[in-house]
Amino acid sequence: MSTHVTTAAAGSLWEGGRSPYLTNSKKFGMWLFIVSDALTFSALLFAYTYSRVSNPNWPTPFHFSPSIVFSSVMTFALLTSSLTMVMAVHSMNQGNRAAAGRWILATMAAGALFVGLHLTEWMNLIRHEHVTAFGNEWGVPLFGATFFAITGLHMTHVVIGLIYLGIICQAVMRGKFQAEDVEVAGLYWHFVDLVWMFVFPLVYLMSAKV
Amino acid sequence: MSAPTHLAHQAPQGFIRKYVFSLDHKVIGIQYYFLGLFSVFLGISLSLLMRFHMVNPEAKVSWFAHLWPTSAAGGMMSPELYLSLMTMHGTIMVFFVLTTVPQSGFGNYFLPLQIGAEDMAFPVLNMLSFWTTFLALVVMVSAFFVQGGAPLSGWTAYPPLSAAGRITGPGQGMGQTLWIASIAIFCGASLMGAINFIATTVDLRCKGMRLMRMPLTCWTWLVTAILALLGFAVLLAAGLLLILDRTVGTSFFIPGGLMISDQIIANHKGGSPLLWQHLFWFFGHPEVYIAILPGMGVTSHLLATFARKPVFGYKAMVYAILSLGFLGFLVWGHHMFMSGMNPYSAMAFSVLTMAIGVPSAIKTFNWIGTLWGGQIHFTAAMMFALGFVSLFVTGGLSGIFLGQPALDLYFHDTYFVVGHFHMIMGVAAIFGMFAGTFYWFPKMFGKMMNETLGKIHFFATFIGVYCIFMPMHFVGIAGTPRRYSDFSNVEYLAPLMPVQRFMTHAAYFTAAVQILFLINLFWSLWKGPKAPMNPWNSTSLEWTVPSPPPFDNFAGVHPVVNHGPYEFSVPGAPTDFIMQTDPPSVTSES
Repeated sequence: MSTHVTTAAAGSLWEGGRSPYLTNSKKFGMWLFIVSDALTFSALLFAYTYSRVSNPNWPTPFHFSPSIVFSSVMTFALLTSSLTMVMAVHSMNQGNRAAAGRWILATMAAGALFVGLHLTEWMNLIRHEHVTAFGNEWGVPLFGATFFAITGLHMTHVVIGLIYLGIICQAVMRGKFQAEDVEVAGLYWHFVDLVWMFVFPLVYLMSAKV
Repeated sequence: MSAPTHLAHQAPQGFIRKYVFSLDHKVIGIQYYFLGLFSVFLGISLSLLMRFHMVNPEAKVSWFAHLWPTSAAGGMMSPELYLSLMTMHGTIMVFFVLTTVPQSGFGNYFLPLQIGAEDMAFPVLNMLSFWTTFLALVVMVSAFFVQGGAPLSGWTAYPPLSAAGRITGPGQGMGQTLWIASIAIFCGASLMGAINFIATTVDLRCKGMRLMRMPLTCWTWLVTAILALLGFAVLLAAGLLLILDRTVGTSFFIPGGLMISDQIIANHKGGSPLLWQHLFWFFGHPEVYIAILPGMGVTSHLLATFARKPVFGYKAMVYAILSLGFLGFLVWGHHMFMSGMNPYSAMAFSVLTMAIGVPSAIKTFNWIGTLWGGQIHFTAAMMFALGFVSLFVTGGLSGIFLGQPALDLYFHDTYFVVGHFHMIMGVAAIFGMFAGTFYWFPKMFGKMMNETLGKIHFFATFIGVYCIFMPMHFVGIAGTPRRYSDFSNVEYLAPLMPVQRFMTHAAYFTAAVQILFLINLFWSLWKGPKAPMNPWNSTSLEWTVPSPPPFDNFAGVHPVVNHGPYEFSVPGAPTDFIMQTDPPSVTSES
């Protein structure tokens, strides 16, 4: 009996009775969501690639200014927000709730800047370049369709992230929630950032006028 | 192991918290079960209407005219109505029965019990996932009641038919939009469920419940959840694009220069219907395994229990389940041989499809090996498990025909395909559900079902389904195309009409005997004899607790597992079964 108990306790993490990787279910659940969501974005990027390959006269209309400049600044804003999110998790791990709250606010500010710039840039495309989801001047309607579908779904994720971080932030400031909760929110935020790191080169840089 | 937080409190008292918005995995499992039961009878009714029309295309039925004043004007069913019945039959059966009951119904109820957990990892997510599924069903059924009625484009919703809007048919306006909205909602519900199942299996197993000691049912629920996590994510993306095509006016799936109903579709160009097929079948093929894997798990579990023998080749079974799940993602192209595919790609998809025969054969031979020399107890549950094996082999063999591009080009749009997928994905999975119902009903409701009635129901259903779906293969080989509403004026099919009539009568018969099941279910629920704790002398953890189990499953005790799941007829043991929680000294450690 005693030998059995020892093997169960010291054995593999898969033997039951304790969490694998020593993470709690919340964090594991978020990772599973990220895997699933990554596939959703992959499917959209596959659709984009498929449409682009099957339309030989695919346009590359983005001028250096404003489109590429804007999207580069947006990329910078998102990357910065990932850094501030890391700082928030770090402060929370050290038990400094006030600092954690401030870092989350900074993250949200960078995220909001991203959304603001993105919407400005969308408006510019719609008003001045006459690109919509169903048509444009270059005769390949799918250019706008893929652009708005992919960046739109990503922006939706950023906005959901802002709401999510807002809830976490006010709870952290009031002394509720644990370091783990901030870390799980951070996982989501970094994932949304990572998705942008695929969208930026594939949708923006590959559509730059050369 | 982190215990779900709601268990820190007492069981909920009010009716609403206890039975409607319950966080208890057992109640949610039963909710899913009854949602599926409603859906399956709705689906059966639709198929009966189709079979009726198939042999009586000219019949005028007065209540048709009442139900569908435009599409069955004068009581005669229009071809469009037939197609909308077909679409809704397929959709309701695939999503709300085959995906819902084996996984979300039985899985929700018995996964935590079998691995020794107090609840699922995320009880609130669990409740949300059920009510989201419910919402999806309401949206789906509401497609019947909007202008134009239900959509026509089948459960696969191939564009451009599904994308180009009202012009393509009466149900293709609001009906199709509701259809795709419902599917998108369902994707969300499945995602929540899948996260919950995986996290529960990985995180909440009790002490000693190592992976290789899990009952095979838990293995199939785990792999099914992984398939759902990956598959529905891609269907969601495809669904979003289809919604954009239908509502915003994008052209993801609509090519240029399309002529529909003598009109040129001018405002769409550049898209590809093939893109939808790739995205859809990347989900659609794993979906087949989502439907069938839990049935395989139940069958393995029951064959061992009622043959009083360990599952033959437990590890091989686990690896077969894993490889079925893996291969399921590599073969979506075999649904597209007819869609215009590079022959080299077709060859690759064909070879991979044939490879699925290997784990399937491993499972089949292991089931036979489990039965070999066993002491077989012919309970109703066991009979349905044996029926599953029969249907799985029959349906699987016709899959080998369809996996060959050269043969598929001929078979693809015929009744051969209808016969094939109903055998393997439809009826086999349903037999898994019947087996699960007869086996687990005592635990779920604390009452025994009537065995005699169950056996009559089994034989009638078993003969009935073979009489419906076997001839479909033959009329398919003879060239009967699927999805057509009326063959009465097709000369070369006239000699097959008696066979069509035979199938229709077999369908009436099979549907009628399902009433026996309903009577058995509800009568037993009401008046069945009280069930003991372990009526089948099974070994797994759900049989160590009262029937039905208390709110927190193990009444505050943390079970410790010392044995594998299938220790039947162990030499030297006092009984012919060893519970998983029995002390290790009963016999040598497995």
